[in-house]
Amino acid sequence: MKTVDNTIGGSPIGTAAAGSRLSHARTRKATIRQAISVLLRVLNIAALLLLVLVFALPFIWMLSTSLKTLPETMIFPPRWIPDNPVWQNYADAWNTGPFLKYFRNSIIIAGGILILQMLTIIPAAYAFARYKFVGSGFLFGIVMVTLMIPSQLIFLPVYLELSAFKLLNTHLGLILPFASSAFGIFLLRQAFMQISDELIEAARLDQAKEWKIIVRIMVPLVKPVLVTFALFSFIAHWNDYFWPLVMTTNETARTLPLGIAKIREVEGVATWNILMAGNLILVTPILIVFFLSQRQIIKAFVYNGVK
Amino acid sequence: MSVWEKLRPYSMVAPAIIVFSLFFIYPIFYMMYLSLFDWNFVSPDKAYVGIQNFKDLLTDSDFRQVLSNTTIYTLLTVTLTTSLALLLALWLNRKGVFHGFVQGAIFSPHIISLVSISLLWSWLMDPEYGLLNWVIGLAGFGKLAWLSHPSTSLVSLVIVAVWKGLGYNALVFIAGLQSIPPDIYEAASLDRSKPWTTFRKLILPLLSPSIFFLVIINMIGSFQVFETIAIMTQGGPVNSTNTLVYYIYENGFRFFKIGYASAAGVILLFIIGVLTIIYFKLLSKRVHYR
Repeated sequence: MKTVDNTIGGSPIGTAAAGSRLSHARTRKATIRQAISVLLRVLNIAALLLLVLVFALPFIWMLSTSLKTLPETMIFPPRWIPDNPVWQNYADAWNTGPFLKYFRNSIIIAGGILILQMLTIIPAAYAFARYKFVGSGFLFGIVMVTLMIPSQLIFLPVYLELSAFKLLNTHLGLILPFASSAFGIFLLRQAFMQISDELIEAARLDQAKEWKIIVRIMVPLVKPVLVTFALFSFIAHWNDYFWPLVMTTNETARTLPLGIAKIREVEGVATWNILMAGNLILVTPILIVFFLSQRQIIKAFVYNGVK
Repeated sequence: MSVWEKLRPYSMVAPAIIVFSLFFIYPIFYMMYLSLFDWNFVSPDKAYVGIQNFKDLLTDSDFRQVLSNTTIYTLLTVTLTTSLALLLALWLNRKGVFHGFVQGAIFSPHIISLVSISLLWSWLMDPEYGLLNWVIGLAGFGKLAWLSHPSTSLVSLVIVAVWKGLGYNALVFIAGLQSIPPDIYEAASLDRSKPWTTFRKLILPLLSPSIFFLVIINMIGSFQVFETIAIMTQGGPVNSTNTLVYYIYENGFRFFKIGYASAAGVILLFIIGVLTIIYFKLLSKRVHYR
């Protein structure tokens, strides 16, 4: 807030007493204004904290519940910090299913998808960005159409396809449909297009082989975009519930989110403390990654959407 | 140019194109084809029924409710998320550590699995022991049934969706606001333009690319809502939260009505296709970017 100075240009008004009264009123006005500005700032901070609370409180509640006994979860007003934290809940949650296997499956699938995507999107994006070839428009059209098709829409025919290939309940069946990414090609193509031609010409004059130019010069130049995309892809597939749910009929290839969601079915009665403990096992790794690389992740999700 | 050099670009795009054709393009046509048959997935032969599945769908009162649920859910979610996010963005668009922290906090639900969010909110919305009922009790209101009554269940799901999407939407708006050159604001303040006028005449038009982007992305996302429904309500109580993707899932995987489910899929494809086309039309025509 700007403090506005309303000094009346030094004109002698009335008696000295009146003048002093006026300056008195003036300082009082200024004080009030200052007080309002401070008050507004305090109110603003209070409102901001309230906003943070709306988003943080559910997570704090989750943590609090996960350390309670079942009867304690039903006490109101709630005790935010339980007297005797029940760490056993975490072990109980972990033991409701083959969680080591779920964990491994999650890593294999999200990691496998990421590796295959890198192998397929880098050359494709490079070709679309830097080569002129017959049919490139049509082929890029396929990429753009794929970009528009949500996987939620086509799960039924893909299920039948995977079932025909005998790929249901396998890691490969959960990886292959996402072995490439239209979004990734789209992003990376733009990055490759921004690299100046002189750089490549210079490298070509050195008689460097084309693939060496790509691997040694071009890929390092687009590294930030690659990192951004990698974060985006890994988080999306680590969190995915829908696809593994639909494409599996037994435990062989099921992932962590499925395991956590299943705790509810296993227990029958709502044992919220154990459920929330399981939930924390799922959420914590992502939240840690998020707070370590908040800027990068927000950039990955937000700015890519805009441009 | 050697043959290899001519073939090189094709070999580079081939892996990606094969994946897309196999798992995105072909399934679309396969789904359209299946929608014309009556098939239970197990029997070896499919019976051709023409457009009977579509006729059945459109006269099925359950499906009509599913369509209306999905539309109401989408309209509420999109309107609330986008408008609240715009307000938040105008408020939070400041640099500094504290504001960065607030932005991070409201964004965090966006990167968390929908499974976690669904389970967490099922607990928060528990009619007996949920935190929400306790909080509104403090404010003097009576207990709400939230997910367990048809009159509040769909709105409860909207609340969860808004909570999850708000931070992401606000940050997209903030990115949009920050791309507006500062000299425009300065010009406005020199003209002594009122804040509301500046907002309506200047900020809103300049933000229109972000608004269109978010409205369409949110709409496409909302039309496909599945996770929260599968975990929190299973479409109930009494079909009050059954939406398109969940309906397709139930018919395909529970009742094995593959043709019927495919026909519903084709209808969803049509809706999303129309939205996408509108998006690109608007993007190329009306949106003014500097």
